Amino acid sequence: MPPDYFEALGLPRSLAIDLKDLEKRFYARSRQLHPDLFARKSQAERDRALEHSAVLNDAYRALKDPIARAMYLLRIEGFDIGEQGSRDVPPELLEEVFELNMAIEEADGAQLEASRKRFEALREGVDGEMFSKFTEWDASHDKAVLEAIRGLLNRRKYITNLIDKTHVSDRV
Amino acid sequence: MFQIEFDNNETATIVGIDLGTTNSLVAWMNLTKPEVIPGDDGEKLVPSVVSVLEDGSIVAGNGARKELIDHPDRTIYSAKRLMGRGVADVQDELKLFPFQIAEGSESVIQVRLGEKTFTPPEISAFILRQLRKNAEAALGVPVTKAVVTVPAYFNDAQRQATRDAGRIAGLEILRLVNEPTAAALAYGLDKRKEGVIAVYDLGGGTFDISILKLHEGIFEVLATNGDTHLGGDDIDNKLLRIAIEDIRSEWGEDISHSGEAVQTLRREVIRAKEALSFAPSAQIEFLWHGHRYQREICRDLFENLIRDIVDRTLGPCRACMADAGVTPEQIDEVVLVGGSTRIPLVRSAVEVLFRAKPHTELNPDEVVALGAAVQAGILSGAVENQLLLDVTPLSLGIETYGGVVSKIIHRNSTIPASAGETFTTGVDGQTNVLIHVVQGERELAKDCRSLARFDLKGIDPMPAGMARIEVRFLIDADGILNVTARDARTGKEHSVDVKPSYGLTDEQVEAMIEASIDHAEEDYRLAQAAGARVEADTILAAVEKARRSQAWSELTAEERDRISAAVNRLLLAYHSDDYAVIRAQIEVLDDAARNLAENMMNAAVRGALKGTKV
Repeated sequence: MPPDYFEALGLPRSLAIDLKDLEKRFYARSRQLHPDLFARKSQAERDRALEHSAVLNDAYRALKDPIARAMYLLRIEGFDIGEQGSRDVPPELLEEVFELNMAIEEADGAQLEASRKRFEALREGVDGEMFSKFTEWDASHDKAVLEAIRGLLNRRKYITNLIDKTHVSDRV
Repeated sequence: MFQIEFDNNETATIVGIDLGTTNSLVAWMNLTKPEVIPGDDGEKLVPSVVSVLEDGSIVAGNGARKELIDHPDRTIYSAKRLMGRGVADVQDELKLFPFQIAEGSESVIQVRLGEKTFTPPEISAFILRQLRKNAEAALGVPVTKAVVTVPAYFNDAQRQATRDAGRIAGLEILRLVNEPTAAALAYGLDKRKEGVIAVYDLGGGTFDISILKLHEGIFEVLATNGDTHLGGDDIDNKLLRIAIEDIRSEWGEDISHSGEAVQTLRREVIRAKEALSFAPSAQIEFLWHGHRYQREICRDLFENLIRDIVDRTLGPCRACMADAGVTPEQIDEVVLVGGSTRIPLVRSAVEVLFRAKPHTELNPDEVVALGAAVQAGILSGAVENQLLLDVTPLSLGIETYGGVVSKIIHRNSTIPASAGETFTTGVDGQTNVLIHVVQGERELAKDCRSLARFDLKGIDPMPAGMARIEVRFLIDADGILNVTARDARTGKEHSVDVKPSYGLTDEQVEAMIEASIDHAEEDYRLAQAAGARVEADTILAAVEKARRSQAWSELTAEERDRISAAVNRLLLAYHSDDYAVIRAQIEVLDDAARNLAENMMNAAVRGALKGTKV
């Protein structure tokens, strides 16, 4: 059975996490599990420490980033989080994507900058919506909320790809 | 603390070693303070130079440096540049360094020194032996364990090569520590307790930048970046080329083919470079077969010459800040490491970039070795409440369809770090799966560094896609990859056959250890035995303590008898001069006490995970 990252940090399954508290937990556990503290112990104990400390670090990495955290929770709650949906242009973004492609084709720096700003604002909007869903799920543990978060994650990924595109074009 | 305390006052001295491109140093924790140990000539810096004398004996350090000029074809320096690399990787270096590469160097370079050939780990092992000898002479005790530093940006093969060098030298390397992180430890001992620090490390052959967060004794590396082929050597080569060119036009003679002439000139150029850090101008003076070459270099010209080298360090610094998620304003302190940071232009570039006056209180040549000694103290228990959380510098990925890399552990992940992947077969009846692991940030496997090919063998024949082999990739605290595999249907451990792309196989290292016994002194065997006795003390004390714990009573009577018998046998073997005899009994006891250790560990982990200390 794969280790549970929330358990590794002594937390209940939740999405709205206080990062200061998370860091404190991570440091406290590192002081107890890190391989450096087991250098003088037997091979078996050293192996165990390596194992525990790897899981602790993996857990901290997955939980400290809100997006990675949401993806991890979706996975352990049985959601399939593939690439689906990230290729089709969401209808409400059609016009924006069209403008971006024009700007890239014409290497129009000012237009690219404008596109980037708009996409970044859109992503901030998605993040805001997602964070309110985080608290909603923590309170209700309602599967429908996770469904909505999955949709937001896909949309966010799509927008992030577009932002990356505006950066790539910078270098051309 | 829940841990089983292994009280033993005779803790073997663990030394800290900075195995540098140009110079190497050994240090130890003298009570509460790290100290560099000088050689019997009083010198703290041991030049990373190895020479095969005409009688076949081998010298390393200051003794070898003298040979650089008289016998350049039997002497090697900057061998660190060759660690963990294949011959195709080092074509650029070959133009600038007088390395004589022997045939058959595709996956491991063979360097010719006189009549013999050596791999880079063997050359490094000679330097490690010299450092060990210095430490043993100064401390009067056998030294068998060490913490060794490596550039933070070293990849897996370069780290493996360093670990191999330790094994060949008969030193157990307890931990590889990244050089900039070690420097931070050396500074952190009595410096600030909180804050973000940047460590800028420009050595002889490598450049590293690391950004760390300090919090109550925890040194958390946020990000690291660098260039494993950028350093003071590049500056020397630049000055050298100019001098050779000058000489060609003045004397009408090309001296670049004479190893002796080039080495003599190189020494003069380095002297001028070093003088320019303190004076507005310096002389290069070179006497050769009755000719005299003289040139004055002023600092302005020097700075113009090296500006592009200094600029090449700034890109990695910016990338590192971006990865760490910090702006220059958020960096509280900057620490300078490596001899090349004495150059005023380097200092001012760092100051401008980070908007902070860099720390230079500790000698930049010594600070890495001092930090390695602190880490040795952490491992031995002599230094408490300090803990290093380092990262892996490069992303780890596996090659998938079309040569595309699927990243499984991203760069700057805190180590130890792990990731799991499930593999299956693509063809009916297929009994093995080959996994190609690479390191790097590029999207195609061919643009990344090939680490190894892992062959999962002995899969039961079945229809395509039915087999499920779970593979776990684990990067340990040394930054080295370990791979294990499990058959998901049967739950059985699966064998993994590893073919490293660059580097020595275990068998080759064993053979080198065998061969090196010829060079080794008798006291080496005795030192090994002493080391084994210290280990015996540790495990005996642990078992003694465990006997009084709850875990002991949870064992069966049979298990308890087995442990007691093993303890008696170890006590009988204890005074043997042969470390293998002692080791063998330690292993018997270790094996017998496995359940006991597990019980205690479980109790400890249960305690730890409750996390009452938060």
